[in-house]
Amino acid sequence: MSFVLVQVIVGGLLLGAVYALFSSGLTLVWGMMNIVNFAHGDFVMLGMYVAYVVYTLMGGGPILGAPLATLVLATVGVVVYFALIRDIMKGPMLAQILGTFGLALLLRYSVFWWFGANFLSMPPNIVGGTYAFLGLRIEASRLLAGVVALLVTLGLHLLLTRTSLGSKMLAVAEDQTAAQLMGIRPDTMQAIAWAIAAGATGLAGALIANFFYIVPTVGETLGIVAFVTVSLGGFGSVPGALVAGLLIGVIESLSGYLIGAVYKDIVVYVLFLSFLWFRPQGLMGKM
Amino acid sequence: MRRLIWLSVVAAAAIAYPLLLSSPFQQRLGALVLLYAIAASAWNIVGGYAGQVSVGHVVFFGCGAYAAMGSYAKFGLSPLLGIPGGIVIAVGLAAIIGVPTLRLSGHYFSMATIAVAETMRLIVTNTDWLGAAVGLSGPTVPRNIFDLSFLSSLPYYYLFLAVLVITLLITWWMTNSRMGFYLRAIKDSERAARSLGAPASRTKLYAYMLSAALTSVAGALYAMMFGFVDPESGLGILISVKILIMAALGGAGLLFGPLVGAAILVPLEEISNSWLGGKGAGLTFVLYGAIIVLIARFQPGGLLSLLMRRRKPTTETGASHAP
Repeated sequence: MSFVLVQVIVGGLLLGAVYALFSSGLTLVWGMMNIVNFAHGDFVMLGMYVAYVVYTLMGGGPILGAPLATLVLATVGVVVYFALIRDIMKGPMLAQILGTFGLALLLRYSVFWWFGANFLSMPPNIVGGTYAFLGLRIEASRLLAGVVALLVTLGLHLLLTRTSLGSKMLAVAEDQTAAQLMGIRPDTMQAIAWAIAAGATGLAGALIANFFYIVPTVGETLGIVAFVTVSLGGFGSVPGALVAGLLIGVIESLSGYLIGAVYKDIVVYVLFLSFLWFRPQGLMGKM
Repeated sequence: MRRLIWLSVVAAAAIAYPLLLSSPFQQRLGALVLLYAIAASAWNIVGGYAGQVSVGHVVFFGCGAYAAMGSYAKFGLSPLLGIPGGIVIAVGLAAIIGVPTLRLSGHYFSMATIAVAETMRLIVTNTDWLGAAVGLSGPTVPRNIFDLSFLSSLPYYYLFLAVLVITLLITWWMTNSRMGFYLRAIKDSERAARSLGAPASRTKLYAYMLSAALTSVAGALYAMMFGFVDPESGLGILISVKILIMAALGGAGLLFGPLVGAAILVPLEEISNSWLGGKGAGLTFVLYGAIIVLIARFQPGGLLSLLMRRRKPTTETGASHAP
């Protein structure tokens, strides 16, 4: 295997970890409330713009931008839950899909209207230079994004499986009425789930803002990536999202390198459609 | 009887409109309303009656638009001759998306439609034969009447009116056929419908293919009127959004819902564009997003269902749409 190929795969894994991070937010909400947030990718986009604004207004790098973006988006998540999701959850499928899809448009074009359609980007060395490691050259910004995303995704998994908060959330997902009888408030738990899910997108957005192009429509692509990741990993499963996210990151990087940068999105979409045809239950089984 | 009177009034108004309000702007506006009403009515078949929310419907629109312009630009034929080709491609694509996803929950279908639309847009943008980012143009000077290239919007207006009437007749016929009964049963409860022997996946697929074919015709008509198609105007997600929001605002699953939606939103967009110019584009879609969210939150049945419920408090359509 050539050295360049290893370099491409490592780059794919680092980006894939970020995909896994924001996809685990989508999978959490989907698994718990059976609602798909079509604005999920646009949440990531908002996170990127928060990080960008933090940089331009305060000159702060990711140390300041990432926690702020997480906080802002977690707030957005809670607001969206109480203002919209709680009501459309009980409505027909049409209302559920239209509601979050409309939200996606609202966010995307509000940002478009305010910031314009131009590609923005952060200064290249905002995190640090490029490290040489065993002959591989890795940008510090990508390394930071990959490692933090991986740790936070694992942390999310632990939160859901090892803490009492996680058990309460699973109880609500399993049976709302029964959970209520046990003294758990479904409303609170679901709002927390939205805060976590949206917070994860905020963090992911702030992390990739350091090396990604920042543009209002980026949310559409990222939203599809999240959806593909979740359908591969099985919905409701954070470990599934992690494996699938890393896989998609690698596939995307490899196809970008081998076929051409324009085609890397096409490869992911076609992969998604072929999965729907041949293995709709995802990689991990459960539907 | 009362319905018949209403229908005749609406029909007479539609026929007389471009003669009474005859400035080029008004005629063009009327033609655009009808064009979007065709596309939104086609969407309504799968989105409203079958309850499967396609958010990438533009891909069929693009099939028709590219087939019509391609038949002129590539083979020197009348754009009209491209329409059957566009329909075949659209129906084939609908099968590719629909066969695997219509068995799964509705989310998969919606997401797959976005993915396919984006894939097509990216592929076409990178295909030189289809004009890449520049797109394809129709005849600049019409060779004969079959090029359907007119300076005035008036011929387009009546052409679109005829196609809209056909589309609505097909929809009406469908709702009263066996397929319509199946669709209503599936929409109420898919599990119950299946257990009574209604072929749920197949019926939804047929509705989707029918919708794709009609949307493709709308795309072809659009390209003929504007004389060109490029990846943004033929395959951009914003066209999907417009189609969807018009049907949802007017009333998804109601025969005249899409027409009402188009009659409200097309003038709104044209006016905001002429007031705000290029800067208005972003703002229009902010407004569209807000409208969609509000419909979903407060009135998933659309405006027309609100009206119908007020007139007849116990009507079934109104009740079944209540959240």
